[in-house]
Amino acid sequence: MADVIWVYAELSDERVSPTTLEMLAKAAETGKAEAILLGPAPDDAPATLAKYGASKIYRCADPVYRDYLTLPAAQTVAELIEKHRPAVVLFASSYGGRDLAANLSARLDCGAISDVGDFTLKDGSVEATIPALGASYLNTSTLVGSGPKLLLVRPKSFEPKVNEQPLVIEEVAAPADASLRKARVKERVAVRREGPQLDGAKTIVSGGRGLKGEENFAMLRELAELLGGAVGATRAAVDAGWVPYAMQIGQTGKTVKPDLYIACGISGAVQHLSGMKTSKYIVSINKDPDAPIFQYSDFGVVGDLFKVVPQLIEELKKRKGA
Amino acid sequence: MNIVVCGKVIPASTVTIEIDPATKRMVRKGVAHELDPAAACAVEEGLRLVEKHGGTVTLITMGIADATIGIRNALAMGATSAVHILDDAVAGSDTLGTAKVLAAAIKKQPFDLVLCATESSDSYSGIVPGQIAFLLGVPPLSFAKEIAVEGDRITIKRQSESGFDVVESTLPALVAVSSGINEPRYPQLKGIMAAKKKEIKVYTAADLGLSPDQVGEKGAKEKVLTIGRPPKRQAGKIVTDEGDGGRQIADFLAEIKVI
Ligand SMILES: Cc1cc2nc3c(=O)[nH]c(=O)nc-3n(C[C@H](O)[C@H](O)[C@H](O)COP(=O)(O)OP(=O)(O)OC[C@H]3O[C@@H](n4cnc5c(N)ncnc54)[C@H](O)[C@@H]3O)c2cc1C
Ligand SMILES: Cc1cc2nc3c(=O)[nH]c(=O)nc-3n(C[C@H](O)[C@H](O)[C@H](O)COP(=O)(O)OP(=O)(O)OC[C@H]3O[C@@H](n4cnc5c(N)ncnc54)[C@H](O)[C@@H]3O)c2cc1C
Repeated sequence: MADVIWVYAELSDERVSPTTLEMLAKAAETGKAEAILLGPAPDDAPATLAKYGASKIYRCADPVYRDYLTLPAAQTVAELIEKHRPAVVLFASSYGGRDLAANLSARLDCGAISDVGDFTLKDGSVEATIPALGASYLNTSTLVGSGPKLLLVRPKSFEPKVNEQPLVIEEVAAPADASLRKARVKERVAVRREGPQLDGAKTIVSGGRGLKGEENFAMLRELAELLGGAVGATRAAVDAGWVPYAMQIGQTGKTVKPDLYIACGISGAVQHLSGMKTSKYIVSINKDPDAPIFQYSDFGVVGDLFKVVPQLIEELKKRKGA
Repeated sequence: MNIVVCGKVIPASTVTIEIDPATKRMVRKGVAHELDPAAACAVEEGLRLVEKHGGTVTLITMGIADATIGIRNALAMGATSAVHILDDAVAGSDTLGTAKVLAAAIKKQPFDLVLCATESSDSYSGIVPGQIAFLLGVPPLSFAKEIAVEGDRITIKRQSESGFDVVESTLPALVAVSSGINEPRYPQLKGIMAAKKKEIKVYTAADLGLSPDQVGEKGAKEKVLTIGRPPKRQAGKIVTDEGDGGRQIADFLAEIKVI
């Protein structure tokens, strides 16, 4: 019988997250994929999970999972794991995914591997590949012991695939235990986001501290628009308050994998590289010839971005007009 | 209020990290170390809370002898005292082993709040805080970009994809801070001098009541099988802007058929 692999479904922007669909593709390829869907979700979420490979969905729509942090979900997932004993449980390597997997690992006294880029499963033993230290190393690790194997999967590690399954839903009950209701989400605040989003963008134009200020991101937006892409940023630019967190690329931001990444005024710190290094083509503009980003660039210009970017914009307009 | 900060001491950012092919571990001995910049944010946050509400900040670290330099740094910033878990028996610990050691050390002090960084800057698995929280039986709150305490309640702003969530909990709790939460202070001479007199308790695994099969290499659930360098990216073309840098990029984009 095929090994059962669970995917903990995550919602982002009110829909099943791209990473969830990526994990389902890998799970279905490796064994029998099943999903867990906790908390209020859009009506079409179960169908989406089935469409992308989940042959069964454990669902509970109780708002407790949305209104309280980690503990209710951990309790439910732990009970499900103990009852059904899947071979592997996959979580997105997101902040919520990590909190949940960390709790389960301590609760069930089993290992959890973070930042997994790929894995194999053979005779119940899992072998995970992890791009470590900003992907300057590649580890393979395994988990020992009789407990479940928890893997936290890096976004963009797999391609989502339509793999239509009949919709099979098993409803589960929400935990009633009041002691799980310690950390409550009081309010959700959305900050303004403009322009095309990073997820799925084929081209990303990204700015760092070299941009010097919020107003100069207008130039990057113009460039991105000409190339049909989205704008990203380093944490330095986000921490400076120039752009919102949703634009941050890197270890503590988004992982992206566009065909083209244009890095403007970005030094190339490992934490930034870990989120964009696997872009197909990397172009960078930096005035410091020793900036580490050049070691990862297919094409680099040592120069002042305030001269190079406007010229590039003019050139693209000219060539488009032609 | 008694605040315990878990702070990792890691190879300094100036060090190129090497892996020992035999043990498959990071080479730490003889390498310059520093307090993880992410942990420094947790220390800073602890100090700010104590400046406002009174109390103590205790730094706890598990690490090699060279970690003392990072501990001194936290003490010089203003932490009240420190605990160093220093024992060959904990070497080779995976995340859960590390969390078991840290949780056992935390339980030895009175605490209202445990602060961690959401992830360490060297191995950033980001799961140790959640494991510690479970072992202590307190709620885990991570990715905090702002913290406020009032009486026995804590409120954080938790970074979210679309903005932030306001999350409220009772104390005791564990909060993992996002590294953009503050700008950690630099130790001043006065602090550096004062740090020399501050107490650093040193514990072994046995002091914490942990048996060798729970922690260290023996207790690790995660075993590293191989470690190596990924294939190097093919070196690209780097040019210096002589007034036509933008045009050259456009040519490159045409070459790769983006335009
Ligand atoms: C735990 C942790 C997590 C982190 N997570 C992330 C993350 O997710 N994402 C992230 O990006 N960072 C992250 N960081 C921060 C990271 O270490 C770096 O500090 C950050 O990436 C630097 O951003 P930067 O390249 O914009 O700035 P800098 O490193 O300051 O680089 C600015 C660059 O701009 C160049 N420049 C300046 N002016 C010009 C000009 N006129 N023309 C051309 N070039 C110019 C400079 O030469 C320099 O190379 C994290 C750090 C920690 C500790
Ligand atoms: C098989 C194996 C063997 C290893 N051997 C060793 C070894 O011999 N020596 C060694 O030092 N590491 C070793 N490591 C790495 C060690 O397991 C990790 O550093 C540790 O588990 C913490 O993981 P992290 O840094 O990813 O934590 P994260 O979860 O990213 O850390 C988040 C936060 O938790 C707290 N924290 C984490 N670790 C510590 C700590 N040590 N002290 C205080 N606070 C902490 C900090 O607040 C930190 O910011 C080994 C790892 C594996 C898998």
